[in-house]
Order: sequence, then structure tokens, then C-alpha cells
Amino acid sequence: MKHGLLRNPWNLLWLVLAALYFLVPLYGTAEFSLETTPGHHGFDAYQAVLGQSQFWSTFSLSLEIAGCTVVISLLLMLPTVFWVHLKLPRLRPVLDVIAVLPFVVPPVTLAVGILRLFEAGGAQTSGIGNVFIGQPSNWLLSGSIFNLPPGIQLLALAYVILALPFTYRALDAGMRAIDLRTLSEAAQSLGSGWLKVLLWIILPNLRSAMLSAAFLTLTLVMGEYTMASLMLLNTFPIYMFQIGNEQAYQAAALAVISLLLTWIALLGVLVLGRTTNDREVRIGGAH
Amino acid sequence: MAQAVSQESPTAVARPLHPRAKGLARWHSVADWLPVVPFFLFFSVFLLLPTVWLVIGAFQTDSGSFTTSNVRGLFDSDILDAYKTSLEISLASALTGGIFGFFVAYAMIRGNPPRWIRPVLSTFAGVAANFAGIPLAFAFAATLGTTGVLTVFLKSHGIDLYQSGFTLYSFTGLVVVYTYFQMPLMLLIISPSIDGLRREWSEAATNLGASTSQYWRWVGLPVLWPSILGAMVLLFGSAFAAYATAYALVGSEFNLVPLLIGRNVESDFIGNPQQANALAFGMIVIIGVVMLIYTVLQRRSSRWAR
Repeated sequence: MKHGLLRNPWNLLWLVLAALYFLVPLYGTAEFSLETTPGHHGFDAYQAVLGQSQFWSTFSLSLEIAGCTVVISLLLMLPTVFWVHLKLPRLRPVLDVIAVLPFVVPPVTLAVGILRLFEAGGAQTSGIGNVFIGQPSNWLLSGSIFNLPPGIQLLALAYVILALPFTYRALDAGMRAIDLRTLSEAAQSLGSGWLKVLLWIILPNLRSAMLSAAFLTLTLVMGEYTMASLMLLNTFPIYMFQIGNEQAYQAAALAVISLLLTWIALLGVLVLGRTTNDREVRIGGAH
Repeated sequence: MAQAVSQESPTAVARPLHPRAKGLARWHSVADWLPVVPFFLFFSVFLLLPTVWLVIGAFQTDSGSFTTSNVRGLFDSDILDAYKTSLEISLASALTGGIFGFFVAYAMIRGNPPRWIRPVLSTFAGVAANFAGIPLAFAFAATLGTTGVLTVFLKSHGIDLYQSGFTLYSFTGLVVVYTYFQMPLMLLIISPSIDGLRREWSEAATNLGASTSQYWRWVGLPVLWPSILGAMVLLFGSAFAAYATAYALVGSEFNLVPLLIGRNVESDFIGNPQQANALAFGMIVIIGVVMLIYTVLQRRSSRWAR
């Protein structure tokens, strides 16, 4: 049994191929990012990248967007998932389907749709749009709620949709793992209302589910290029693309930095997942 | 109110209700729905409505009157060509990523590798499936680009990739790059189904005198194929929607549908928003068909689930 792999060389071959496919590009990128001129090594590319003020300004902007997205997602999804688990189990299949939709609707088309819908006084003056959405759209574009640059607020709200599959799956798995009904009935029989139950009983039990949702949302926002570029907003991935297009070594350095971020965030999820016994398969990303 | 709601047990509902209690119960069932209203509102405004808007826009002229010319425009040879290339790339990368990912998953689960392999490989797959877009394109440019590390290494060992016709900035290149997230995606999606393939079945088949290929022909594949195809359908969808990776690698001039949409939205001068609507509408129709196939296959594969 110990040398099971040797019994069937095909299995060994596939595993070796997979390892090579995973690792060679990573090695290649790291190696390339450390090259200063062909044959010489150094941290020049990293120094150049980290020395740019635009790196830090776009980085912190994207972090801010990620923060807003996480907060709105949780505010929106926590009560919903909680309530559906407890009171409206009929709705669960519906939510399951809705939570897959953002994977299904390509981000390009979602961006086009959102632009059409919220375009403030653009060429598209097709009647109903401005009557219905005209006022709120100015308000959404202005970024007045979170004190963000114009348009960014709309992007953060759109990211809530893109993050929906992660948030929903994490919270759903988290709530399934605890005995929601017993906990809330116990709390109620001791006289607490729904809000108290949610805040003092459910939330502490969902800490790791919420954190893993937050980490996944963070990786999503820090890497999302499509919607930001179509909405003409200068986030971190946009900056990454602009620099990388001109400077090959810096592009590799940025790829390494971004990969490290992904690793840290996903390892965080993994460590948290081990404590909650949550074996969800996570798929998707900003392709 | 809280206590009243929690008293709605099934037996209470089954009993015939006093007229006034009936009204109260109806109010409670309305109140039951209130907490989920914000979510459905948000979902409608930011996902449903934009999609509906886009579909309406696909049938409108600049000034807002009805037309089918945008959608008919999809059948121009240039645009048909973009759809064809998009579909081909998605199909090719779903097949390579799907087959590769399946064999790796099978070797990982049923090949009796050392214990540490599975968690390590699954973690790697989780990261790689999320590693996409701009940084992925950069990583491959650094590895397999004209001066990439692997290209240079192979060249010094007598294999000149770019002399022999390969280039990263092409159809083949895109398939190679997409496979980097498709293969791990397949690994993650298909693993539960391979776990569900019971050892007893293969033991029973062996005891009855079946060869390995007979086992696969009559037992293994008939059980697994809906899951395999279903997973590949998802891979197809993810490649079809991919924008950033392609944009960073081959540039916006490459004839793919998402890039074509981007070109029409981003530039104010050569852009044509009506055409972007129609193009996006076409993508939604194709993805809709893909999801329909996926649902049917899911239903078939769940027959064998425990």
C-alpha cells in the first residue's frame, strides 16, 4: 500500500505533470522578477514597484473598496441567510441558484448592464431608466456614502454581486455547522429578541465563516480588472496592468506580489476552515 | 412578536383557525418575508435589472425605439468570427483542463499517493483556480514569453519554441494559460464525485472477472460521465467569460467576444454601445444554454449520489 503510486505509473505521471504545471510558471515568474539585466540578479524590480506612489495609492484604494464590499456583503447576507435557515427553508434552493448567478453572468456583460442602467445622463436616455433610476444613480455615482471618489461606490456595490457566491457559501456552511434552531430558541426562551439573538449568539459562532468570506472577497477585489477597466476607474489591478505593459521585470514582480497576497488570504481561509470543519469547494475568481 | 412567530409549529397550522387568527397568521407570514427583502432588492437592482436593461438595450436604437438591427448585426462575418474563436478557445481549454484535471484528481484520490499529497495539491488548486487575470498573464509572459525563463532555458538546450511556430500571444498560448486555472478548477469540482465512486463497485467487478477496461466501460464511466461533462461545462463557461487574462496577453485587437465588448464600451470614438449590448446579449444566450446543459447533467449525476 505504501508504494501504491509505483503500481500504476500513469498516476505518478499525472501527479508529476500537475506539479510541474503548477510550479514552473511560479518559478519562472520569481526568477524573472529577480533579473536586473539578463544574467544578473537583484531586487531592482521590487524596489522600483514599491517606490512608486501610484502603487500605494491604488493599492490602498482597492483595499478600501474591498473593505466596503466586505461590510456591505455581510450586512446584506448575514440577516438573509440567518432568516432563511431559520424561518424560510423553502427559499434555500432559490438562494442556492441566485448565489451561482454571478459565476454565470460574465463580468463583462454585468459591467455593460450596470453602465447602461446607471449612466448619469449618458447617450442612453431611454425613458424608464431615468424616471426610475435617474435620481439614485447620481447618488450612487457620487460616492457620498463611503466618502470614496465618484464612481468607486458603484464599483464596490457591483463587487458585492461578484462576491455573493463566496459570501453566501461561507455563511451557509457556517450556519449549517451550528445548531441554529436550538441556539436561537434557547436565547428566545430566555427573553431575547431576534436582533439580540443574531448579534450575541449567532455572530460569535460565525466568526470564522465571516472571516473566510472576507478573505475571499479581498482576493477577488484586489485582482478584479474587467469591471474596473470598463467603468474607467483606476484600481490596483488597472495600475498593475499599466505598469506591467511597459516594464517586463516589474510586471513579474507585481505578479509575485499579487500571488503572495492570494496565498496569504487563501491560507487564512484554509486555517479558519479547519476549525469549522467547512469543506466547501471554492471555485471562481476574476478570470 | 418574536414568540408568536416561533409558535407556528406544523400542528398549529393544521388545526382549523378562528377567522381572526387567520388574519393574524397572514400578517405573520408577510412579516416572515420582511428580513429577506433588502437582499432581494439589492440583487434585483445590481444583477437582475442591469441584465434586463442590457437585453432591452440590445433591441433599441440610439434614440430608444425598437429595432432588431443590433441583433441582426451579430451575424456579420467579423462578429460571427469572434463568437467562433471564443467558443473554440473555451472548448479547447475546457477539454485540456478538464481531462488533465480529471486524471490528476483520480491519481490523487485513487492512486494511493503518500498522505500529504492530497491536502497540498488541493490547496495549490484552490490558489491556482483563483490566480487569474492580469497577474496570471504576467506570470506566463515571464515564463513562456519571447524572453521568458522557460523559453530561454529550452533554447539553450536546443529547443527553440518560437522558431518552431509557438507563440504565447495566440490561440494556443491562450489555451495553455487558461489551463492554469481550468485544471485546478476541474480538480476541485470533480474530486467529490471520484470520492463517491465506491471501491466496492470495482472490487465486485474484479470478482466477477471484469478487466480494468471493462470496469471503466460498464461501471466507472457510466457513473461518472454526467459529473465529468457537467464540470467541463462549467470550465467552458469560465473560459468563455474570461476577459482580463486575454486582454493582458493578446491585447484588445484579438477577436474574442469579451474583448470586442470591451472595445465598444471603453472607447468613446470608435465605440458603439448598441453593438456592445447586442454582443453581451449573445453571450448571455450562450451562457444560458450552457447552464441549461449543466442543470440537466447535474440531475443525472445526482442519481448516484449517496
